[in-house]
Amino acid sequence: MTDKPYIIDNGHDFRLNRIALVDPEILIRERERIFNTCWIYAGHESEISAPGDFVTRAVAGRPVILARDSAGAVRLYLNTCRHRGAKVCRERQGNTKRFYCFYHGWSYDSDGRLVAVPGDDAYPPDFDRTKLGLAEVPRFENYRGFWFACFDAGAPDLETYLAGATEYIDLVVDQSPSGTMEIVTGVQEYDVEANWKLLVENSFDDYHLHSTHSTWLEYMKDAGVNIKVPKGEGLLLPKRGIGRNLGNGHAVIDNANFRGRPVAAWISIYGEDAKPAVEAARAELVARLGEERAERVANTNRNLFVFPNLMINDGSSVTVRTFWPAAADRMEVTAWALGPVEETAVMRKVRLDSFLTFYGPGGFATPDDVEALQQVQQGIAETVREVPWSVMTRGIAKEGEQLNSDELHLRTFWRRWNALMTGIESEAPEAVRAAE
Amino acid sequence: MATARNETATVTREQVEDFLYHEAALLDAWELDAWLGLLTEDARYLIPPNEAPETSPDDTLFIIADDINRIRSRVKRLRSRDAHAEFPPSRTRRLITNVRIVEMAGGEIVVSANFSVHRFRRGGRGGEYVGRYLYRLRATDDGLRIAERRAVLDSEELGALGAVSFIL
Repeated sequence: MTDKPYIIDNGHDFRLNRIALVDPEILIRERERIFNTCWIYAGHESEISAPGDFVTRAVAGRPVILARDSAGAVRLYLNTCRHRGAKVCRERQGNTKRFYCFYHGWSYDSDGRLVAVPGDDAYPPDFDRTKLGLAEVPRFENYRGFWFACFDAGAPDLETYLAGATEYIDLVVDQSPSGTMEIVTGVQEYDVEANWKLLVENSFDDYHLHSTHSTWLEYMKDAGVNIKVPKGEGLLLPKRGIGRNLGNGHAVIDNANFRGRPVAAWISIYGEDAKPAVEAARAELVARLGEERAERVANTNRNLFVFPNLMINDGSSVTVRTFWPAAADRMEVTAWALGPVEETAVMRKVRLDSFLTFYGPGGFATPDDVEALQQVQQGIAETVREVPWSVMTRGIAKEGEQLNSDELHLRTFWRRWNALMTGIESEAPEAVRAAE
Repeated sequence: MATARNETATVTREQVEDFLYHEAALLDAWELDAWLGLLTEDARYLIPPNEAPETSPDDTLFIIADDINRIRSRVKRLRSRDAHAEFPPSRTRRLITNVRIVEMAGGEIVVSANFSVHRFRRGGRGGEYVGRYLYRLRATDDGLRIAERRAVLDSEELGALGAVSFIL
């Protein structure tokens, strides 16, 4: 642990102490102060649509079972037998009436009740099965189908916690005529050998686009897409887009779309065949939401960060991405594609194809992001004594709106992180303005 | 490359093996333009998600689902110094085994083969990509060509392999 501050934040300067990205003891404190107190994304309602459906995964490091119980309610069980601790479900996903612990044969129903204990006549008279159901997380709530867990029983409710992020989740969910989005089959799970907070920064850092992703821009250009930033009046947002503090450490970059969106801005890459379907999707949005709201939903891209480890990138597709620090220098990333349930087969194909041009471990951009983060980790790990500070001051001296290529949103994340880790709230003018 | 399909050709396993070994050698040597010459004009290159290998990219999120245009763009990208995940390029060594002809009809040959692809990076992460190829080869007057290559990974998740930034 360091005796220096983690950040220097005095209104005209913002520096990050790189020790925060390399020290394993800091990770231990992050688990206590951040992952045990914040709302952590656990899964989407569409992953478990019928009673008895389940998926297993880790949430804030805990092995859990995300399940639909017999009454149709969404539950999140800790995946550990109440007897001696083995996991009671080892499959990735499925549908079941029973979670069975093969070690001694205890079994639980889909409502989490302990329903069978072999040889239970050997237990004392006060052995009470009803108190030995599968344990659940202390708090489990959803916002428009996105389910979050919180391991702090006294935390504020989810919607309060999400603060300004709800506006941006609404913009995602409004793409569906019935307000019902679904996770598409095919999960991307990959490790990055870098500190998890570097992926927070990277996921909504537009400053790196041209240097890191020139091959992707080249690909788009070759495919006939106009990659120039649009000029002119009448755009919803400043032409280069903005970065916004959404409260509680959440932040977003929000910009006018000019490189296509499956909902609902056709570009040549989608193919002529898909043009009528894209136009029909757009017409549906206008009919349902009105021209202005339809334009907002269809024709802006938003990279939404929900503190501490959820990104919803709503651009060339909708990507839901979460990540967990397995070590100070290694994170496990899980990413899904999200789409409206009503989407036609043609549009779904376009959406997935569009996702893969940029995102994922075989995309034309994500592998270069991963490489960048790994190069940062390699660059700082053993130089932190000699070069302790990273510079994050882009846009800090501006009075008004900040661009998506500024670093307001990165500072927003780090200020919240610092406040939770140290108890010290930022007094920088930028932070004070946002709190007002 | 628009060579006529030879619908009556019969192909032996030995010929298929020679062809796959040739392809592997080109890829290990990063002779990517020569590799493109092995593909048909309608070729596809697919890597399905680890947990759902028997699916279609039309309704499932794949790791890679390239048509011929995207394959050519991928090669163009990989030849750039700005494909950062592959600069300097990985060293790879491909072991292709258990080659079997599954089906042969109308000039198309469905082939299954196991692979173990070792990847090495200076100062970085390498890894061993293990799985099975499913090829649709086409017999043409110029010899075998690849109409589809599907690389199915055996690992439960990509995990420590991180990315598939080279041609697997």
